[in-house]
Amino acid sequence: MKEKLDREVIAMRAAKELKFGDYVNLGIGIPNLCAHYIPEGVMFHTENGALGYGPLIREDEIELADPHYVDAGGKYWRPVPGMALFDMVTSFAMVRSGKLTTILGGLQVSEKGDLANWNTGAGALGGTIGGGMDLAVGAKKVIVTLEHTDKEGRPKILKKCSYPLTAQTCVDLVITDLAVIEVSEAGLILKETAPGWSVEEIQAVTEPKLIVAGDVREIDLE
Amino acid sequence: MKNKVYNSFDEAVADIPDGASIVTECWGIPAMSQNLIAAIKRKGVKDLTLITHNFVPLVFYSEDDVVNLAHLLPQLKKIITPVVGLQHLGAGAFVKEYVEKGLEVELTSHGTLASRLYAGAAGLGGIYNPVGVGTILEEGKEKRVIDGREYILEKPIKPDYAFVRAHKADRLGNLVYWGIYRADQPVMAMAAKTTIAEVDEIVEIGEIDAEHVITPSIYVDRIVHVPEGGLGSIQRSKQMVERLGENETIRKLLFR
Repeated sequence: MKEKLDREVIAMRAAKELKFGDYVNLGIGIPNLCAHYIPEGVMFHTENGALGYGPLIREDEIELADPHYVDAGGKYWRPVPGMALFDMVTSFAMVRSGKLTTILGGLQVSEKGDLANWNTGAGALGGTIGGGMDLAVGAKKVIVTLEHTDKEGRPKILKKCSYPLTAQTCVDLVITDLAVIEVSEAGLILKETAPGWSVEEIQAVTEPKLIVAGDVREIDLE
Repeated sequence: MKNKVYNSFDEAVADIPDGASIVTECWGIPAMSQNLIAAIKRKGVKDLTLITHNFVPLVFYSEDDVVNLAHLLPQLKKIITPVVGLQHLGAGAFVKEYVEKGLEVELTSHGTLASRLYAGAAGLGGIYNPVGVGTILEEGKEKRVIDGREYILEKPIKPDYAFVRAHKADRLGNLVYWGIYRADQPVMAMAAKTTIAEVDEIVEIGEIDAEHVITPSIYVDRIVHVPEGGLGSIQRSKQMVERLGENETIRKLLFR
């Protein structure tokens, strides 16, 4: 069995998409891990109303957790100079403003860039909508991280999502444990492959036909 | 000057009838109007519609520690919320038995709920929202194309009551919050017909700088002081945070 990238490496690769001066909202799961790898000068946004806040409180520093400073996932963070607090009308105007980049988790992505990430079809109460729909529709750039296949080895990148949608044609870039794929009007473009995986092997676990980029290369974390 | 300061939480909710709609916040424990929620529970009013950004049972705490919205389940007819339970703890499983008995759950998104409350507050007929197009949120709603983009008509929400947890109020009802729990409380206070605030501190007029007022007094009808060290107090929240590390599941959820 060939090795796939682990969650931390997916997060490292996704974090590479961000640069100094970007404002970013990280979803729950792999996206949250990106926080550890993000370059200096990237500002975090949280739905419940903060921008430019400090690093998350780690397990070995729980005594620093202040109940007044949590993100939308309930994680504690450090207040830092330069941060801003605001109400949610402002916060979601920001979300829909096209000024934020977002990294979201995914259950399925379609070849058109539709995203399903809140519900596995277990009924309306089988998942949580939260702010994911708002981010997927409103962000300047939507990066989705997910495992390439499910536990049974079935593709999660599909011609059409079978789970209830989060938003239509919203995804710009997909980063999986096997590949980096760009969503374009022409279709899905395979840009990078995990070490040891061939284009054909990745195509075999991807439902839609991939367009192979001229400069397709191994995933580069440098 | 009308006296807005009430001496007890029970008094502050005394006129809330069966069938009322209440909006309140649950973004972290200090943000919750725990004393007003507890008062509504004691009062036992029924068939309530609850509007909240997070309808989440705080399973790691006893009712002595935190009174949360899940404790009101037997009194609810309807919930409007983007979040029913936590994804990693099985999402909405805890409301299943009530849904089978007739509890209605209207799902929305955080941004949509904030906008609907704003529309209610601002006297607008609704908002055309790009969020939800092509999802379950568009079911049964009017859609419209504006400048080539598709939108869903979301109607305003005007709750009968808002329970707001602020840090400080002056005697007129001007409010300031503390940290992240401002969240959606300012627009909740604006949207409701009657807004009741529970606060850490009630100060004299002039002690809150006009430049710092977040919720102007016109939106606040009743103010109740949270007793120091009592339910929902900052002292209690701090003690609970200090104990967080004792629970392995919490360590995993919040600190890894």
